[in-house]
Amino acid sequence: MTATLNVLVGLAMGLNLVALGSSRLPGLIRAVALQGAVLGVMPVLMHAMDWRVTLVAIATVAGKGLVIPTLLRRAMRAANIEREIDPFIGFVPSLLLGAGGTIAAVALAQALPLLPEHAGTLLVPGSLASVLTGFVLLIGRTKAISQVCGYLILENGIFLFGLLLIHATPLLVEAGILLDLTVGVFVIGIIVDRIQRAFDTLDTRKLTVLRE
Amino acid sequence: MNAYLLIIVPMAAAALAALWPGDRTRPWLLPITGAAHVVLSVWMLIAPPAVSDAAWLGFDPLARAMLPAVSILFLCCAVYGLNYLRLRTERPNRIFVACLLAVLGLLSAGHMARHLGLLWIAVEGVTLAAVPLLHFNGTPRAYEATWKYLLVGGTGIALSLLGSFCLGYASIHGGGSGDLTFHALAAQGAGLSRPWVLAAWVLLLAGYGTKMGLAPMHTWKPDAYGEAPAIVGAVLAGGVTTVAFVALLRIRAVVAAAGVGPVVDRTLLVIGLFSMVVAALFLLGTRDFKRMLAYSSVEHMGILAIGAALGGAGVWAALFHVWNNSLTKGALFLSAGNIRRAAGARTMDEVGGMAAITPRSAAIFVTGMFAVTACPPFGPFFSELRILRAAFATGNGIAAAVFLGSLLFVFFGLTRVVFGIVDGRPRTAARKVRERFPETMGVILPAVALLGFSLLLGLATPSVLIEAWDAAVIQLFPVP
Repeated sequence: MTATLNVLVGLAMGLNLVALGSSRLPGLIRAVALQGAVLGVMPVLMHAMDWRVTLVAIATVAGKGLVIPTLLRRAMRAANIEREIDPFIGFVPSLLLGAGGTIAAVALAQALPLLPEHAGTLLVPGSLASVLTGFVLLIGRTKAISQVCGYLILENGIFLFGLLLIHATPLLVEAGILLDLTVGVFVIGIIVDRIQRAFDTLDTRKLTVLRE
Repeated sequence: MNAYLLIIVPMAAAALAALWPGDRTRPWLLPITGAAHVVLSVWMLIAPPAVSDAAWLGFDPLARAMLPAVSILFLCCAVYGLNYLRLRTERPNRIFVACLLAVLGLLSAGHMARHLGLLWIAVEGVTLAAVPLLHFNGTPRAYEATWKYLLVGGTGIALSLLGSFCLGYASIHGGGSGDLTFHALAAQGAGLSRPWVLAAWVLLLAGYGTKMGLAPMHTWKPDAYGEAPAIVGAVLAGGVTTVAFVALLRIRAVVAAAGVGPVVDRTLLVIGLFSMVVAALFLLGTRDFKRMLAYSSVEHMGILAIGAALGGAGVWAALFHVWNNSLTKGALFLSAGNIRRAAGARTMDEVGGMAAITPRSAAIFVTGMFAVTACPPFGPFFSELRILRAAFATGNGIAAAVFLGSLLFVFFGLTRVVFGIVDGRPRTAARKVRERFPETMGVILPAVALLGFSLLLGLATPSVLIEAWDAAVIQLFPVP
């Protein structure tokens, strides 16, 4: 069980690096979608088969793996952009930051005490590495869609951490959290659309009217 | 049961607003719901309901000490909003009214949430429901502000979720059953795993601190407050920041019970003082009077954080200051909205002589400015004085000195901008705009009422409030 889980977490960590290294938006969105789908499978692995857990898993795979990426692809086509050109943090430096962040996450996870049943899993390092990757993308990219992808990876990292609590927290809370996150991304998608119409670009460097 | 009504009534009204057919009659839902909410919350303020320890939601002493302030602020904003939306008939208001009511319902839920996860859901809900309010004006600048709000606020809220998970794991690691109500967490006390509690505190302070607008996580505030309509600014500055402060107070109590209270108080004190200094410096530079209000809000959030760091007396003063901040800031935002509409611009370079064009709003704006900079006999003077006394009593002399110094520079900054736009010769362009946006009673009285409350809090603080704040302090600092 733990071995399968660790393979999936490792896959998610690998997808972090793919996301950091991809200069084309379709590739980035694909990496984020695949990561979301991989994450969605995990609750079923960790928890005994139970219709509520299965429901959460299906909702996660559908939301993170299908609905949100479709929304992003539509925004991308509407804005007519394919590539992320000249990001704030270049692709190679991003990758190096991501790799360094992954190593730091593993080291940091050693310092935090874990329950025996979680001691062998990569959940904490995987979570921290994804959060860091999300931050690099949020800060280092200039297109609004890339930043949304960064936000999604940040959320995926938090989702990984949440799996540690899956036995403890009632599913009601998890469902609420999932709902909030989904609505959040929908709202972001709508605003991206409005920015596109108002500014005729999704380059967030153009959003500089408001400053001191 | 009544406690649930505080959430159900606004939510039902929001659903009704979303279905209501007419744009002209729909805004009436705002004051009606606001009035019902005030009646409910003031009734429960006077006759507090019993709350069981295990309840996930409840009108407990902390909610009782804060929620009525938000309720009163919302009612005044709702009356103003009714008149404001009449002036803005060119924009559809279905989403605006529905979201504003949903914000009220979620704010009530956030104040009353006694469960870590539920609190997060409510605060996240408020953040999302406020998004359509921010870009009501539909200008490119409004979308820019909304984007920044979403990106910074979204990241903050994500960090607070991670922090909530860490606190939950601290409980499970310490042998907890997974009951994440604040009462159960605090009862576990020193049993919580210390490294996880510290990690949780850092993340939660960053997350909810972003929502409060503590420096250096305040960057969304000037943009959002500058571009949003006046009522939205008032509700954000007086309500959303308050719910984030409630969250920090509840979490502080848990973390202090785990035995890291001194660390927590020191971080709160430092971040509070830093917010005040940053706000004072930016206030000396800004030329835009709506952005000025945002920096003033950052300053007041700093004051709240400092109060929360200074033990029981400090928290008591901070609760008092929450009321003062919500009501006084509301008056400032509403009068600033009137001035902004009549002037057609927002910076000192374009606006002048508003005392001649909008005499009543200008008078409220100047009075509100004196109230918010803690001139007696308004409420903020007394709450800030109590925080200062708590600082000296706990031996934080240097903090008190920085506090006073920042207040002085904030005063310079605010007077510079306020008198810059109120005094002088009116611009000719503004005279024409004035005809379209006359100063009716509907947009003046709500601001006057808020200012009156602030004065009442200073001159004769109602004894029921004093009792409510006492009870909240006892809840947060249980005697062992």
